Amino acid sequence: MYFYTYDGSFEGLLTVVFEAWERKAWPTTIEQEQIAQPGIFGETIAVVTDEVKAQRVWKGLEKKLSVTAQKQLYHTYLWEQPGFELTIFNYSKLAFESAESIEGNYTAPCVLQVQQAAKQVHREKHRMEAFVRFQKTTDGLYYAHIEPDFNVLPLILSHFTKRYADQRWAIYDIRRRYGAYYDLHTTQFITLDAAPRKGIGVLPESAVMEEEHSYKQLWQVYFDHVNIPERKNPKLHLRHIPKRYWKYLSEKQPRLLRA
Amino acid sequence: MQVLPTFKALKQNKVPRMNEKITEKLKILADAAKYDVSCSSSGGKRKNENKGLGNAEGMGICHSYTEDGRCVSLLKILLTNYCIFDCAYCVTRKSNDIKRAAFTVQEVVDLTINFYRRNYIEGLFLSSGIFSNADYTMERLVRIAKKLRQEEKFNGYIHLKTIPGASEELIKEAGLYADRLSVNIELPSEQSLVKLAPEKNYSEILLPMDNIKQQLIQTKEEQKLFKSAPAFAPAGQSTQLIVGASAENDQQILQLSSDLYKNYSLKRVYYSGYVPVSADNRLPIITEPPIIRENRIYQADWLMRFYGFDVKEILDEHNPHLDLDIDPKLSWALRNRHFFPVELNTADYEMILRVPGIGVKSAKKIVSARRFATLTYEHLKQMGVVMKRAKYFITCNHKSLQPYDFDSKRIRNKILFGDGALRSPLLTQQLDLFRQVG
Repeated sequence: MYFYTYDGSFEGLLTVVFEAWERKAWPTTIEQEQIAQPGIFGETIAVVTDEVKAQRVWKGLEKKLSVTAQKQLYHTYLWEQPGFELTIFNYSKLAFESAESIEGNYTAPCVLQVQQAAKQVHREKHRMEAFVRFQKTTDGLYYAHIEPDFNVLPLILSHFTKRYADQRWAIYDIRRRYGAYYDLHTTQFITLDAAPRKGIGVLPESAVMEEEHSYKQLWQVYFDHVNIPERKNPKLHLRHIPKRYWKYLSEKQPRLLRA
Repeated sequence: MQVLPTFKALKQNKVPRMNEKITEKLKILADAAKYDVSCSSSGGKRKNENKGLGNAEGMGICHSYTEDGRCVSLLKILLTNYCIFDCAYCVTRKSNDIKRAAFTVQEVVDLTINFYRRNYIEGLFLSSGIFSNADYTMERLVRIAKKLRQEEKFNGYIHLKTIPGASEELIKEAGLYADRLSVNIELPSEQSLVKLAPEKNYSEILLPMDNIKQQLIQTKEEQKLFKSAPAFAPAGQSTQLIVGASAENDQQILQLSSDLYKNYSLKRVYYSGYVPVSADNRLPIITEPPIIRENRIYQADWLMRFYGFDVKEILDEHNPHLDLDIDPKLSWALRNRHFFPVELNTADYEMILRVPGIGVKSAKKIVSARRFATLTYEHLKQMGVVMKRAKYFITCNHKSLQPYDFDSKRIRNKILFGDGALRSPLLTQQLDLFRQVG
């Protein structure tokens, strides 16, 4: 039995694939260094991330897979749910060993898992593109907090960069403690020294523009008045916006104006 | 960034009382627009190529959902709810004693831009009551779209309502700035239109629809020759029919939609279950909007657009109404048992699509996976294919999950009331009726 550990990066995981392949020592588990428990009845292999080896694996997969499938594999990494490393390993192994394309072979558990993980990640990405609510700060920056179920920040950047080409904006993932900032030219990842507390959706009053309250209030008014009370359907409402997203949605904050 | 003038004056207040006039207008004019159910923002091809604001390529996005479960994608408002028409079903009708308001061009532009910048919306859906005359109203709508595009460099989504009777030139100009145009038919037959909307007539509604269609075709031709030919309403046109305000049956409604899809190449027909907004004696007396009926009509509409069904297969003279208890695909399958069971390992994709409970995604997965191995029920379960209804209509590797060949009535009961329902079907049916009402 072989227990692999890696540094948690995507390149690190691809290096694991490379090392396992070279040793023909198939992993029983693949875990991040910080959280891995040493196994008793087997060998632990601590893999050091190697850009070149990772590149070779990725290039090799490129020959075996379509662009979509490779993207799905990357999405599975961002999925971050227990066992995702092994799923990615099994998928890569199957791809390398098969003469034909394995895409669409939903009878193989790892192919189905990758497809399902990628779907969940894609849905979360789409939700974040919808549920981000910018607040305009006093220095003209449009700022938003997110706390997505999966690590989708890298996936939503191009959407926001294309859309808000003429305004400075930043989106910060509170759970994973990093963000992205667009300065009218490029978008870059950032970390904050004083990380905002979890679960606080709104910025302090002193930090936002006066007009911010006005537009938030108008948006709340609009949200309330576009509703048709005769058709009330709370179940459907909750299915579309589950409660865990509410704290960052301005239309779900306490009303600034009495109805 | 434009700041509305009154903000500065209110600076001292902690929560500034936003320009009350605009708040009031927004209340009235959002309220008046909400019965227009379309809120789609998909199908646009407008890219942000001018370093401006917004991008409307690709998928639509629902930024929020109302408490009745509808998508909020666009700022959907009327420019004004002053109207010279007196359509019985319409909350904005002339004779209705309600508060009236009108936005200025600049107010609509400011709201749109500022909502968009905060990622509240995908764009603007602008309609209007008819004041003075059709052209005058249409001209205002076009002016707003033009200003957004040209002065604000706005590349978000714009859906403009075409006012019945507006001139061809204005419609043509509208299409240059809008991603989608729509003309609402509202009433599914000429007879009802005469009765409930005496100032409107079918030819006035169908004429602009035809204009738009011709324009769309012409633009496509031009774009084949010159890539730079200006786009015309790239997301196409749509319309809306009100369900339950007049006497048409489901067959008449769906036949009309089918014709609209075929003859006017509409992207979407929307159905709006009539919400009682007036006590006009020309209208039926109802207490609740016909939500289940509306839902069944949408399902039938989907069958026509994505599942290869012809309207005549869904309903005919003998079955002019959709079954409210079961979906139209199941209904069709129960009437056409001779097509079943379908063997999932060998059947055509088109036939798998016709199995009740199997949707487009599952059908595609099945067809894809069976190239690699003979499918079993275990595979189907893993793939997430829902068996509740499908199991009566399929075999998988020549095995059926059903020990007996039940007749259609029995299958219907089993699906509605559960496999081994101990309660008498009658009782459960009554409970079910209560559930549907409540």
